[in-house]
Amino acid sequence: MKLKGKVWKFGDNISTDHIAPGRYFHLRSNLNEFSKHVLEDARKDFADKVNKGDIIVGGKNFGLGSSREHAPRIIKLSGVSCIIAESFARIFYRNSINIGLPVIELKEANEINEGDILEIDTEKGIIKNITQKKEYTFIPFPEFMNKIIKIGGIDEYVKKYGDYGV
Amino acid sequence: MGKTIVEKILSQHAGKDVFPGEIIVSNVDLAFVQDGTGPLTVDQFNYLNFKDIESKSLIFIDHASPSPRKELSNTHSKLRNFCKKTSANIYDIGEGISHQIVAEKYAKPGDVIVGADSHTCTAGALGAFATGMGSTDIALAYGLGKVWLKVPGTFKIILKGKLPFGVYAKDIILFLIGMIGADGATYKALEFSGDGIKNLSMESRLTISNMAVEAGAKVGIFPTDEKTKEYLKINGRENDYKEIRADDDANYEKIIEIDLSNIEPQVAFPHTVDNTRNISEAVGVKIDQVYIGTCTNGRIEDLRVAASILKGRKKASDIRLIIAPASKEVYLQALKEGLINIFLEADATVLPPGCGPCVGVHAGVPADGEKVLSTQNRNFHGRAGNPNSEIYLSSPAVAAASAITGYITDPREVLK
Repeated sequence: MKLKGKVWKFGDNISTDHIAPGRYFHLRSNLNEFSKHVLEDARKDFADKVNKGDIIVGGKNFGLGSSREHAPRIIKLSGVSCIIAESFARIFYRNSINIGLPVIELKEANEINEGDILEIDTEKGIIKNITQKKEYTFIPFPEFMNKIIKIGGIDEYVKKYGDYGV
Repeated sequence: MGKTIVEKILSQHAGKDVFPGEIIVSNVDLAFVQDGTGPLTVDQFNYLNFKDIESKSLIFIDHASPSPRKELSNTHSKLRNFCKKTSANIYDIGEGISHQIVAEKYAKPGDVIVGADSHTCTAGALGAFATGMGSTDIALAYGLGKVWLKVPGTFKIILKGKLPFGVYAKDIILFLIGMIGADGATYKALEFSGDGIKNLSMESRLTISNMAVEAGAKVGIFPTDEKTKEYLKINGRENDYKEIRADDDANYEKIIEIDLSNIEPQVAFPHTVDNTRNISEAVGVKIDQVYIGTCTNGRIEDLRVAASILKGRKKASDIRLIIAPASKEVYLQALKEGLINIFLEADATVLPPGCGPCVGVHAGVPADGEKVLSTQNRNFHGRAGNPNSEIYLSSPAVAAASAITGYITDPREVLK
């Protein structure tokens, strides 16, 4: 999968409470409405200003906290094409793969700046920073995860294959 | 080569020898959701055209319980209807928090338990591989009876010696998280061992396993022993006992030793769980609300400790003290022992069992600028429902002692 977009930069320990605040618990059954509040507690204007294809770049332990799958879902719904971070919390990472949202661990994530334009090849494991004229490599997803992302989520995968097929 | 506890359980459930890093499909013994994650699970279950449930399946209404608003009442109704149509069992309002009920009634040593709640790892205290996942994962566990997993590498946490007076299980896990960091065990299993664990009650172990996820871990697991047997027996499930332990030559990615006798009461400062400090550095912080309860510390042992401090005393007049037993069973036991009387006489507000004030949905949302001291497991920005407030985390003993003075207080000063 090839992606291109503009970067929104976040810091370390962005929790699921920052992404999908608990006080909007009642919106979990209305994800379009919930996505208007995505990342509100980390950056108030994010939901208003994010554009289709944009890329989130975080620091360490992105997505720590709750198992709420709503968190990556409303990020994806907001139009974000990919999240790059120094590291991810486990459940958030898993949920993102399961819903077909690419999440890439890159130890040099802090070198990327807000507003940079990136080009990503998820299968080859290459990130090009067009703005800074830099290139990074990352370990591509294992085949199973790659299949899930390509098909658009574990639900679509299981619908097609009838099982996990691992 | 020998296996860790987690490698043994997953090998058995995958039907082959498994190794860290490998992606496997594991059978599931128990799958559950709660009212926050459940509605999406039901949608996905239907989207996937599943008709029948293939694993033991539970639904808990514990997060917004009883419902504080109509949108949530409608999602509760959706969950109740799903249970009428399938073989999933529901634990409705008043029954308690999922993790407590799973420990009391379901979790067995050697089980694979998956829940759409990050603190599913609580059941690791009983020797189960228990881990939190998303809503779609549980829809698949319901429909297929299995989940996909990456086998985690294991950190061995050796607990030595005995806790000093006034120090509790919560202090151990806060200390460990402070030591290794909120991402110190990401994607790993924590396996607790050492001579120190024999002195820890099952309730204490549940507190420790509950917070494994706050260090990033997939599971926090204990080997089984007499304490496991005793807990299962008290809950009428002695036949569920099975011996679970690691092989002597198991391979660990890291070994961490903690001398329990060196631990002091701990407080996690806002806004990350690993921002922990010794009580001496926290004493004197003015607080506005104290919350004793949650899936971390709402068990009978916790309520007993709180009551021993609050007995014959009153909370400070300028704070709110909120107490919630973790389940109906805990509530009934607390009533029998006279603990609820002690709380009410101390001017506490006693809530029905549930998650409300911890998750920030209702029943205790702090005002702008307020500080909350809570026995819960998380203090993230906005966690209690107001991003303009701060949350400190502690043991029930620190929480109860602080409720009396209105400032964070060393419980050893009050207990002596």
